[in-house]
Amino acid sequence: MDEKLYKEIVSDENLVYKKTSLLTDKVLSYCPGCGHGTAHRILMEVIDEMGLQQDTIGIAPVGCSVLAYEFMNIDMQQAAHGRAPALATGIKRTWPDKFVFTYQGDGDLAAIGTAETIHACNRGENFLIIFINNGIYGMTGGQMAPTTLPGMKSSTSPYGRDTHLMGFPLKITELVAELPGTYFVTRQAVHAPANVRKTKKAIRMAVENQINKKPGLSFVEIVSNCNSGWKMTPTQANQWMVDNMFPYYPLGDIKVDGKKL
Amino acid sequence: MGELKLLKGNEAIAEAAIRAGVDAYFGYPITPQSEVIEYFMAEKPHERTGMVVLQAESEIAAINMVYGAAASGKKAMTSSSSPGISLKMEGISYMAGAELPGVILNVVRGGPGLGTIQPSQADYFQATKGGGHGDYRLIVLAPSSVQEMADFVKTAFDLSFKYRNPVMILSDGVIGQMMEKVELSAPVPRRTDEELIRECPWATTGKPAGRERNIITSLNLDPAKQEQHNVHLQEKYRQIEASEVRFEKFQCDDAEYLLMAYGSSARITQKSVQLARAKGIKAGLLRPITLFPFPKIEVQKMAKQVKGILNIEMNAGQMVEDVRLAVAGKIPVEHHGRMGGMLPSPEEIVTVLEKKLIGG
Repeated sequence: MDEKLYKEIVSDENLVYKKTSLLTDKVLSYCPGCGHGTAHRILMEVIDEMGLQQDTIGIAPVGCSVLAYEFMNIDMQQAAHGRAPALATGIKRTWPDKFVFTYQGDGDLAAIGTAETIHACNRGENFLIIFINNGIYGMTGGQMAPTTLPGMKSSTSPYGRDTHLMGFPLKITELVAELPGTYFVTRQAVHAPANVRKTKKAIRMAVENQINKKPGLSFVEIVSNCNSGWKMTPTQANQWMVDNMFPYYPLGDIKVDGKKL
Repeated sequence: MGELKLLKGNEAIAEAAIRAGVDAYFGYPITPQSEVIEYFMAEKPHERTGMVVLQAESEIAAINMVYGAAASGKKAMTSSSSPGISLKMEGISYMAGAELPGVILNVVRGGPGLGTIQPSQADYFQATKGGGHGDYRLIVLAPSSVQEMADFVKTAFDLSFKYRNPVMILSDGVIGQMMEKVELSAPVPRRTDEELIRECPWATTGKPAGRERNIITSLNLDPAKQEQHNVHLQEKYRQIEASEVRFEKFQCDDAEYLLMAYGSSARITQKSVQLARAKGIKAGLLRPITLFPFPKIEVQKMAKQVKGILNIEMNAGQMVEDVRLAVAGKIPVEHHGRMGGMLPSPEEIVTVLEKKLIGG
C-alpha cells in the first residue's frame, strides 16, 4: 500500500482496536487458523484491562502452547507435561495475593496430568485453569487425545477411535464441575466473534473470582480446532468443530458461583 | 547454646526447616520418612512463621509444587524415600534444567522396586550421578547424625540459592528413625516479599513496569542454545566441585589403612576404627559429607599415605566407584557392603579389613 495512504488510514483518530501490550511482538508459532492465538489474546487483554500484569504469574504446559511464554508479556513458568496445576499450587500457596493461571491442552490436562488437575480442583486451589480442547495432540503430530471423539481419525487411531479398544473421550470439565473445590466451570469457543466475546467475559469472571478470593478454582474450557492435525482447512475445521465437537462438548456455563446449573 | 531437644532425624529436619525460615514444604507419605510431614502438620508452622505445608496427591505433584514455589523465589522443600524419589526424578531434572533452588530429602530404604522399608544406601548413584534424564548434578549432603539432619537444612538452602541448583539431603532409614539430642538454632524469620524480590531478581514474582519479564523454563528448541546451556551447567558443577567439598576425618593422621563411609555407615565404621586400633591396626575414617562434590582430592592425598582403602556402604558398592576413580589404581581399594536393609556390624568391618586388605 502507498505509504501516504497507509498513514492516512492508520491514524490515531481511526484507531478503534490495537494489540494489547501484554502480547509480545514475537510471531505466533501456531498454525494459521488455530484458536490458540485468539485465546492468548483475550486472556492477555483481560489481564491488561484489569491492570494485573505486575501481579500475574502464568504457567505454560507441554504441547502446542509450550512456548506461550514467548508470546505473553508476563512472568511465566514452563511446566513438565501435565504438572501445571501442581506448579500453580506451589505458587499460589506461597504467593496468595498473586493472580495465577495455567494454560493447558487436552493431552496435558486430561491424560498425563489428570491427577494434578483433579486434585488441584478438589483442594479448591484459588487459581485459573484455561483448558484448550482440540481433541488431538497437536504438537507431536496429531495423535489420539483423551478427548478425541468416537470414530475420529488421528495418527494413533488411523481407522477412527474405536471406543471398545481405545476407551471413550473424557469429559473432564463435567467431571471437575462435580467437585466441591471448583467455583466456576464453563465451556466456551473462540471460532466466531460472538463466541470470542463470551469467552472473554468468562475469563474476566474467572479472574475476578480469583482477585476477590472466591472459594475455589475457576476452570475455563475452550473447545478449539486443530486444522493441521485434523487435516482440514481452517474453515472446514471450524465447521467440523461446530458439527461434531460441540454436540459432544456442549458450550455454556456448567457451574457458576459454586453452584451447578 | 541453642535449645536442646530429643528428636528423631525426620522430626529434626522439620523443626529445623521451620526455624530456618523455609517458606514451604510439600510432601507425600512413605515409610521411613512419614514423620517429616506428620511433625510439620502437628506443629502448625503457618501459625509459627507463615510457612506453608501441604500434603500433595503424589510425589510427582509434591516436587512440582516445589518447582512452582522455587521458580517464584520461595525456599521450598520436599521429602520422600527411595521409590518416591524415583517418581520425583522428572521434576528434579526440570529443576536442574531451569536452575531452580530447592531441597529434597531422601530417607533411603532398600530396593530395587518396593524393596524394603529398612535402611539402605542404595540410592547413591541416583543421587550423585544425576538420577533423572539429562546431564545434570545435584549437590548431595549426607548427614550421619540427627544433629546434621537439622544443621543441613540451612546449609542445603544456602547452597541451593547460591548456585541456583537443587540440593539433596541423602539420609537413610537409620538416621531418619533414630532419636538423638539435637541443638536447635534460634528461629529466623522468613524473608519478606521485598527481600525475596531483591535476592532473586530472576524469579517469577509478577512483571513490574521497569523490568523484562522473567521466564523459568528448561526448554531450548535451538540445539546451539541448548548446548550453550549445558556448557553453562557444567561450568557451574565444576565451580561447585572446586568450592563446596565437605568431609570429616577421624584418626587419619597416622593411619595405615583408610576406611571410607558416609551417613549411618560412617557411624558404624567409626566404631570399627576404634576396635581395629585396640587390635593394633592403625585405621582411620574419611567420611564424605558432600557426596557431590566428592572429596576426590582428599582421597588422593590419603592414597599417598595409606596401604589400602576399605569402602563401607549399605549397597553393592556405589561410592566405591568414585573412590577407585580418585585412587586410579595406585593402592588397593576394597568394598564391603550389606544390602536389603541389613547393617554391617563394627566387628564384621574389622574382620573384612583384616581379610581383604591386611592379609592373614
